[in-house]
Amino acid sequence: MNKSELIEALAEKMQLPVREAASITNTIIDTMSDALAQGDSIEIRGFGSFVVKEYDSYIGRNPKTGEKIKVAPKKLPFFKVGKDLRERVNENRKK
Amino acid sequence: MTLTKANLIGQVYKKHPTLTKAQATESVETFLALAKESLIGGEDLLLSGFGKFNVKDKKSRRGRNPQTGNELILEARRVVTFKPSGILRAKINK
Repeated sequence: MNKSELIEALAEKMQLPVREAASITNTIIDTMSDALAQGDSIEIRGFGSFVVKEYDSYIGRNPKTGEKIKVAPKKLPFFKVGKDLRERVNENRKK
Repeated sequence: MTLTKANLIGQVYKKHPTLTKAQATESVETFLALAKESLIGGEDLLLSGFGKFNVKDKKSRRGRNPQTGNELILEARRVVTFKPSGILRAKINK
């Protein structure tokens, strides 16, 4: 499922115009991105949590050439799936 | 600081004056329910500009209990992974 499919489903379930559902979806996604950009974490019960991990710069290698390169410090978001979602995704595997 | 569902609802309510508080709550709940349904059904979820949630099947493998060192069999399972979009990564590193 992609964003526009989610927006359409949201519009239908909420009985809202697609334009409004799109705007709500963008508010939700922007709010989450802004939180992570500020270094905040996100915790949504039943769905999962996001944390931003910080990495110092390090000497890495180009896996193709073996050449040493300096990797700049960076931050990356990590997602940990919530208990309910984890269990339900796994249960469905068997069906 | 940690962003919670209550914060998301508050933000939707604030930014969408046409919605009642109950509708703001329902729209966030519905958004999350739809996202979950997709993943539970085994379908990846792509939120462009944010990232992609993948459903992956893991094979059964031998592992160890890191505390005791005992060998054990980890059964085949299905997991959810997240890959942040380039836009989100750039925003976080700005």
